[in-house]
Amino acid sequence: MSGATLRGSVCVAGVGETDYYKRGQAPDAEGKLALKAILAACEDAGISPKDVDGFASFSNDRNDPSRLAAALGCRELRFANMQWGGGGGGGSAAVAHAAAAIHGGLADCVVVFRALAQGQFGRFGQGPRRNTIAGDAAHTVPYGLMSPAQMFAMKVVRFMHDHGVEQSALRSISLAAYHHAQNNPRAVMYGRPLDEATYDESRWIVEPFHLYDCCLENDGAAAMVMVSAERAQEFAHKPCYLLGAVSGSHYRAGAGVHNTPDYASSSFPSLAPRLYEMAGIKPADVDVLQSYENFTGGVLMSLVEHGFCAADACNEFFVKERFLAPGGDLPLNTSGGNLAECYMHGLGLIIEAARQIRGESTNPVPDAEVSMTISGPMVTPVSACIFGTEATL
Amino acid sequence: MTDPYLAEGLPQPVPSPDGLDAPYWQGLREEKILLQRCSACGDWQWGPEWICHHCHSDAVGFAEVPGEGRIYSYERVWHPVHPALKEQGPYVVVLVELPAAGNVRVVGNLLGDPEAEVVIGSAVQAVFEHHAEAELPFTLLQWERVTIPS
Repeated sequence: MSGATLRGSVCVAGVGETDYYKRGQAPDAEGKLALKAILAACEDAGISPKDVDGFASFSNDRNDPSRLAAALGCRELRFANMQWGGGGGGGSAAVAHAAAAIHGGLADCVVVFRALAQGQFGRFGQGPRRNTIAGDAAHTVPYGLMSPAQMFAMKVVRFMHDHGVEQSALRSISLAAYHHAQNNPRAVMYGRPLDEATYDESRWIVEPFHLYDCCLENDGAAAMVMVSAERAQEFAHKPCYLLGAVSGSHYRAGAGVHNTPDYASSSFPSLAPRLYEMAGIKPADVDVLQSYENFTGGVLMSLVEHGFCAADACNEFFVKERFLAPGGDLPLNTSGGNLAECYMHGLGLIIEAARQIRGESTNPVPDAEVSMTISGPMVTPVSACIFGTEATL
Repeated sequence: MTDPYLAEGLPQPVPSPDGLDAPYWQGLREEKILLQRCSACGDWQWGPEWICHHCHSDAVGFAEVPGEGRIYSYERVWHPVHPALKEQGPYVVVLVELPAAGNVRVVGNLLGDPEAEVVIGSAVQAVFEHHAEAELPFTLLQWERVTIPS
């Protein structure tokens, strides 16, 4: 071990997002949404967009940093970064890369962003429309296995089988998200509460996922401005420091045709120890948690793999009350997350984690010192990050 | 000749342009399951790779595997995400491990009543579903229960 670490090296200067829309309802093109979110994050930070000198994103975001820098009039572009693959699993990786660039002297002011207009560019939840298909997908699509929900359900089925997990565990995750969204005016599901009976009676998408176990499909954009921790006191908001950020996946997670050896997994077994080591904390220190929910089953496995709950104790651990801010043991997805705030590929979760440190969440957890985000379960690579207050440094 | 399990109209599989999985698709046409086995170390691997992930030899050949598997996991799909499946109703996708090939896995459908119980760990037998009338004829590898649960 070199002892090298990102701990305490950078801070979140500003966060911002566009209004969030049901897919197809954004009044702006995706590129304009990206710019509006970046402008909002810069305004929140009190930083001129012309001082931004780096961009980090994930999941093949279509908004090229060179074009963004030109549109924003950035004086110089010094860092243009994209995490390969993994969809929403790249969210915290983009944070890690931004931090590494700042810490390593490659750039001074890096914007982490994601813009996504599924109305403009096509829905994630639909299968491919073409006559023939080749490569890895040829081994699944002709059997009707083609959407994200279908790609991940078999992992969750196997995990629930191995550990005797009941449907109520998945339901608790969905209920907590919708509960929090009712206090969050940004949330697409604001004003649309969910109760047990409605969940139970909702249609199956693919077992074990009911409708409410699945993320939304939205239009919008989100952004976060990161700078050196030395500047943390310059900003109007309470400082939010990065304590740790990691990405990757376990042995042969990318093996084709569902052949990863550790199959019933959210892909975090090798990451979680590295994350905690860098941050210098343990699971019990986490005050508030955002855990990416493409589907609730991924949250189930993510919490187990991050040491919050034993695999065989899920039925007792996964109860709604535990996950509710402000009083629950482990407030979870406190903005409503991908299920009920907006599916901004999980960057909204990271922004919410920062807002919790600042005390600016719409569902604030009192005295939150350690705020963690788990990005993109079940894909490869995945990532996770931890923010902390000044007191945690 | 087996009737197709799923409604016609889904994307049809073709060998990858680089040829990596071409022997697999050709094998299914001949009712053979051909998966990758390293000629150097004997290790099985699937999906296909250009080299053996175990010993790094590029002498990765294809060897025939008997059509006897075990259900490793499964899912019952209800919501269609492709127009061809609009009237399909529920269907079952299975992930089948092949004990004779180092427990590598393949994806297929479980034939029979889609609402019947599916038992993880239970034995299944390969069924070759030919689509000879397609412009580029192909065969899908499907599975049926060896013993029907009571």
